Amino acid sequence: MPAALAVSGLVKRYGAVEALGGVDLEVREGELVGLLGPNGAGKSTLVKIAVGLVRPTAGQAALAGAVAGSLAARRALGYLAELFRFPGWYTADEVLLLHQRLAGSDGGAEERRRLLELVALADARDRRVEAMSKGMQQRLGIAQALVGEPRVLLLDEPTSALDPVGRRTVRLLLEELRGRGVAVLLNSHLLSEVELVCDRVAILLDGKVVAAGTPAELARPRGVEIETDAGLETIAGAGREDAPRLVAERVAAGRQVYGVRVLTSTLEEVYLEKVGGATS
Amino acid sequence: MITIIRYGMQEALRRKVFLVVLSLTIVFLGLFWVINHFVFRDVAHITPPEDVHVDSRTFAGAFMFGLGMFATLFLGVVLAVFLTLGVVSGDAERGLLQPLVVRPIGRAALLGARFLGAAAVCAAYVLAVYFGAMLIVGGTGHWWPDRIVTPGIELVAAVVIVTALSLLGSVVLSATANGIAVFMLFGAGLVAGLLGSIGHALDSHAVKTSAAVAAWVLPFEALYQDALRQITASTSGVTGFLLQLGPFGGAYIHGWGIRLWAAAYLALVAFGAALVFARRDL
Repeated sequence: MPAALAVSGLVKRYGAVEALGGVDLEVREGELVGLLGPNGAGKSTLVKIAVGLVRPTAGQAALAGAVAGSLAARRALGYLAELFRFPGWYTADEVLLLHQRLAGSDGGAEERRRLLELVALADARDRRVEAMSKGMQQRLGIAQALVGEPRVLLLDEPTSALDPVGRRTVRLLLEELRGRGVAVLLNSHLLSEVELVCDRVAILLDGKVVAAGTPAELARPRGVEIETDAGLETIAGAGREDAPRLVAERVAAGRQVYGVRVLTSTLEEVYLEKVGGATS
Repeated sequence: MITIIRYGMQEALRRKVFLVVLSLTIVFLGLFWVINHFVFRDVAHITPPEDVHVDSRTFAGAFMFGLGMFATLFLGVVLAVFLTLGVVSGDAERGLLQPLVVRPIGRAALLGARFLGAAAVCAAYVLAVYFGAMLIVGGTGHWWPDRIVTPGIELVAAVVIVTALSLLGSVVLSATANGIAVFMLFGAGLVAGLLGSIGHALDSHAVKTSAAVAAWVLPFEALYQDALRQITASTSGVTGFLLQLGPFGGAYIHGWGIRLWAAAYLALVAFGAALVFARRDL
């Protein structure tokens, strides 16, 4: 079975500026992959190529085995752009109805009701977009992306305007989608959020993938912390595999062990290490 | 496609394009009626010299209806431009286009639907104003054009071509730049048409050639001129000659050649717009 999203050797140049310099990335069915990187790293360009909004200079991008931008690829896709807007005079229900028609979804009123409920907008069904807060519009954007039950979901900064409750709603939603086998590429600046929900993470810098793997793979061991009757002790350089031995040594030495914690770097630390001070 | 056509109509309604154009049209038709009323009242008292065989009522009727056709074309172009000037670049800049384009409908169908919607509205509008102006001239001056339907269809075709040009412009230019560009093209076409009239009156080969080239490059102007020619197609003698001198009279590029070219031109512009849009990064 082909990967839900597969890009290989993807290059995009805007004149003399190279936005992507040969990116390879795969998102499998039911997998949630986070795309990280500073502003200008090429994250949005990568997503735009994957949905067919931007043409690559070189390389390939495919969705559900079809060339990105083709009819088959567009049928499999749900997309939330980083900067999007819906016509202000549409109600939430009308926005979803428009996208149902364009996507050829036969979900009808039941699908619209369910999607609005999923993003906690059930009470705003008849509210015009122009009367919605930025956060509500963003949640409506997520609902719009889910119209027609897409196999691949590409979300560009889906929680940038959301409050903590809204973010949690989206996080739970993403986990539910993963459970249903939907592949999700999540482009976000919110590292903690990515760390919480993503199966794998790719860090982009200057149009290239500088690190990729599960959050656990990316994390570096920073030591083991052991709490005994003598106090809190940190054994720098030790890893998870050293913990039983370290505990056994202290027990043999007559210490009472109350707790053990393996210390690893957070995704934020990994990220900062990879991108240095890069931002734009 | 129907979904996108409806979407375009709702957008125009919300942006009050129809309201502005409707208000302008009511003002125009009201003024046009008042002017016609006074023109034909005064024409009734004009008696040309015995050796000048001018049918003053026909002259006034054709002149006034020609003026009405010019206004119809102008208002039709205003509507066409404001319905289409930001369809691609403008909507892309505001983030309205991207969620639509990634849907299975596809770019060409989306652009085609926006064109069909705008063209249908403009066509209905132009025909309404055209026949409204004709009724005013006929009602106040008891003068009716020699051809009734064909000039109206040619005016519609002229506005549809401008609609297509504006849509093409919206793919490559920002909304403001596109609006300016289309109105300048429209103005250039009108000036070329007037130059053609002057060139023929002076029998200047250079001016006539320039006007002819402009008419082929901007066939909406040629269609408008041909529509004007047809309203007095059966008018001859001194009256016909005076009307041919313009500005609302003759057409020096006319007939099926320019009509077929206009159809081909429209197809080329539409194809070009679809091609450029298909390759444009959004």
